[in-house]
Amino acid sequence: MSRGSVIGKPDWVLMVLYLILVFYGWLSIYSASAPEQYAPLLDMSQRYGKQLMWIGFSLFLAFSILLIDSKFFSTFSYAFYGFMILVLIAVLIFGKTVAGSKSWFQFGSFALQPGEFAKFATALALAKFLSARNVGFHQFQTKWKVLVIIGLPAALILLQNDTGSALVYLAFILVLFREGLSGLIIVSGVVMAFLFIITIIFGEFYVSAGLLALTALIFLFKRFRKQWKSISIVLVLSVAFVFSVHTAFHKVLEPHQRVRIQVLLGLKKDPLGAGYNVNQAKIAIGSGGFNGKGYFDGMLTRNHFVPEQSTDFIFCTIGEERGFLGALVLIGLFVALLLRIIQLAERQRSDFSRIYGYGVASILFFHFAVNIAMTIGFAPVVGIPLPFFSYGGSSLWAFTILLFIFIKLDANRLNVL
Amino acid sequence: MYNNNFSKRKYIIGGIFVLIALAFLVRLFFLQMVDNQYKMTARNIALRTVVEYPARGRIYDRNHKLLVYNDAVYDLMVIPKQVKDIDTAKFCRLLDITPEFFKEQMDAARHYSSYRPSVFLKQLSKKEKGPIDEIMYEFPGFYFQTRTLRHYPQPIAAHLLGNVGEVSVSDLRKDPFYSAGDYIGKSGIEKYYEKELRGKKGSRIVEVDVHNRVRGSFQDGKFDTISVPGKDLTLSIDEVLQAFGEKLMQNKMGSIVALQPETGEILAMVTSPTYDPNLLVGRPRSENYNRLLHDPYKPLMNRAVSGTYPPGSTFKMVNALIALQDKVITPYTWFTCQGPDSKPIACSHYHVSPLQLKTAIALSCNSYFWKTFDRVLNDPVFPNTHVAYQNWYDKVLTFGFGHKFHTDIPFEVSGSIPTVKYYNKLYRGSWNALTVRSLSIGQGEILVTPVQLANLAAIMANRGYYISPHFLIAMGKNDTIPARYTERHDVAVQNPSYYKTVISAMEEVFDSDEGTARFYKMDSITQAGKTGTVQNPHGKDHSIFIAFAPVDHPKIAVAVIVENAGFGAEWAAPIASLMIEEYLTGKVKRQKLLERIEKGDLIHDK
Repeated sequence: MSRGSVIGKPDWVLMVLYLILVFYGWLSIYSASAPEQYAPLLDMSQRYGKQLMWIGFSLFLAFSILLIDSKFFSTFSYAFYGFMILVLIAVLIFGKTVAGSKSWFQFGSFALQPGEFAKFATALALAKFLSARNVGFHQFQTKWKVLVIIGLPAALILLQNDTGSALVYLAFILVLFREGLSGLIIVSGVVMAFLFIITIIFGEFYVSAGLLALTALIFLFKRFRKQWKSISIVLVLSVAFVFSVHTAFHKVLEPHQRVRIQVLLGLKKDPLGAGYNVNQAKIAIGSGGFNGKGYFDGMLTRNHFVPEQSTDFIFCTIGEERGFLGALVLIGLFVALLLRIIQLAERQRSDFSRIYGYGVASILFFHFAVNIAMTIGFAPVVGIPLPFFSYGGSSLWAFTILLFIFIKLDANRLNVL
Repeated sequence: MYNNNFSKRKYIIGGIFVLIALAFLVRLFFLQMVDNQYKMTARNIALRTVVEYPARGRIYDRNHKLLVYNDAVYDLMVIPKQVKDIDTAKFCRLLDITPEFFKEQMDAARHYSSYRPSVFLKQLSKKEKGPIDEIMYEFPGFYFQTRTLRHYPQPIAAHLLGNVGEVSVSDLRKDPFYSAGDYIGKSGIEKYYEKELRGKKGSRIVEVDVHNRVRGSFQDGKFDTISVPGKDLTLSIDEVLQAFGEKLMQNKMGSIVALQPETGEILAMVTSPTYDPNLLVGRPRSENYNRLLHDPYKPLMNRAVSGTYPPGSTFKMVNALIALQDKVITPYTWFTCQGPDSKPIACSHYHVSPLQLKTAIALSCNSYFWKTFDRVLNDPVFPNTHVAYQNWYDKVLTFGFGHKFHTDIPFEVSGSIPTVKYYNKLYRGSWNALTVRSLSIGQGEILVTPVQLANLAAIMANRGYYISPHFLIAMGKNDTIPARYTERHDVAVQNPSYYKTVISAMEEVFDSDEGTARFYKMDSITQAGKTGTVQNPHGKDHSIFIAFAPVDHPKIAVAVIVENAGFGAEWAAPIASLMIEEYLTGKVKRQKLLERIEKGDLIHDK
């Protein structure tokens, strides 16, 4: 081993991609938050200055992780997980409420969001659990244990009133799929989402009628008639789902969530209210054109026309100042990162490392996809950051830890027997 | 766990990643490159064009004293689309307006355009804008536009300077320079030199933030243009003399025009009744304008250039010079006069008879000039009276009568010298010297303006030529003025000895014991003048006097008309003489005379 037995051989592609993304992200935050060009970089009263400090500490974390023995992570997976669950409970009791979510610990002027760190702990625990020799998805036991591992932190975060962060745990479905969970679950998930949307748009009666008609159509083909039992069950379940959507949408969802979905689906126009963020974000991105207005020339993003500019809507800065080209580079970087993680995951000798790798990819993918989708009007506004880009110490550190544990596992993959 | 049985699924998962990324790129492609509406919207919400209004050129008098300057005022502008969530009650309180007025103005602005700025409240002073200016960020959609208003340090020369007002619809249509709410010269010098005074507008594109606060210039001002201030004008007016003349004319109707004979520069142009030019500035403008418009004494009229009067006896000098030139009389020709019994024109009084030209002018003998005019029109050189009349007519026109000067004098009228054609039409071709005899003494169909009369005084002072009366001395840093403002116009009579005779007669008017202006003789200054008393069908006679001084090296030529004042000697002559004394000495010694004139009220005392 060329770089010493302690560090192993960390994948330079991932590390370079990481550095590029963090640097690109910081440039965007600088443009979004600096009052003028050439503002002093280490101004700690400004977001870009603080972010520079967070980045510095992230690099320290990354290096530290590379120094730790890779066995440490698999050995203490459940310990991490258990500790994070306790912390999530603690934050519900002692936490501080920011923007409606009780998900912060305040230490003097410094605030930490423990929910961010629960992701890698959950990924570790899930990997640990699934890599055990005696589990398989044919066992019912496995299914509900997995559900508990994933569902417990998600539920606690939901209790903090941070819906976006809770939804991230849905990403683990991809991990389960890779490890053998039936594809039908993903397909039926997509179908349910589709039914959800058309039910909100067209109403439960029309959709039910449509489903009946579709079933009748299927029965026209002789070879499907034999399976009438299962088809009928699907039909009944679907109609039941459609009717429950109505109740869920109007009774379970918070009013602001309901409006966001309605605006997204074009059922409501509210450019100054619920639709304001997305509308402004679309104008900022749309006005960027092919190569953008130029660094520091984003007249909308620099002049506070887009809310949450340096955090959840950081993509607008790239869209406006760097245009389509800049967005292409950003999306390309993320796709490269995700595919590289999968590629590395697949070459792991240990199931634990592979499953953890997929966990990392799934979480990053979910953040990336939902964050960008909401800024361009593809998804309702869900407050989750763009990994490595958005301003914020907690999320940057958590993503760094998440990624570098995997890099560390990969670096020592040959030591695993 | 159970091996790596599902490793093929990595392609599905990778495929999902790539698919989503592609979906984003397609969406971004349409958002950023196909759909142009976002670029437009972005500009609309984040950029604002600020028009930079140039300062209008200032106007100075001949001694570089300020006649007109600018004062900054602020128009409160509104872009209705950007107005949202404002505390209307607070807004109204700060601006001291009613909620009804607020609504009215907002409706009007919206009616014009939701996206373009409208004037919400006009011409606020610095003091009025103060309280709201500090918290403008609370009222998105509103901003202040700086404008300039004219101010006049002295309340004089209203008519010749003219005034500035908001552009009319037809102005807007004629010249794309203007946009609604701009100001334009409406009359006088302000109108004549509008293009020079207005300067060039600039525009600045600024970025605003979400609170409508200006954040800086767009792209470092790449698309900005700078405003160029209007040119300053220097006029020939002497501010002191102008103010003095207006004082003399107070409570009288009429006008004074004073020229520098050598250059044709107008030293003073007084019309009375007049008004304070500051009345036609700012918000009270339209109210004051209407009041002045309906004033029975017509203070808006510039009598000095638009008022036409028969010249009366002052015209006798023109007739004398033409007769001398045509050699139908000599300075020594004798005519008799029977005073008021004279036929066909009665003389105003009994005096020595027979008499020669010089005495005839000094005494303003009507008979003498009837007989002279009779000879001019029956000059045997010409085949008939009509041809002789044409000859007289042509010569009269060279004295500046019957036509405009076409300089920067605003609202000039041409006056009227009746033509052969006119008389042919009036008398069906059958007319002779007797028919048009009134012309011999400057009465009848002949009409002249006070400027033309002052110009006649200048011709006498110059002994045979004039420069068209005008105001402009210098524009900006450039003191070259149009060539026609320096062009010398020689009149039809050039023989110096003829002028000597006529001018010595004009001196007699002051110097002789019987001179009509003998009471206004000064020891220090030699004056030459001529009275005129013009019959007026509407009331008392108009009093006219023209004069120049000093006789040998004339510095000033004056014409004075006081309407319905009676004899020329009573009002017009002393006013002309006081103007001369003021201009030449800078200090009037004849305080008693000055007091009588200033206190004289010919309007209200009737």
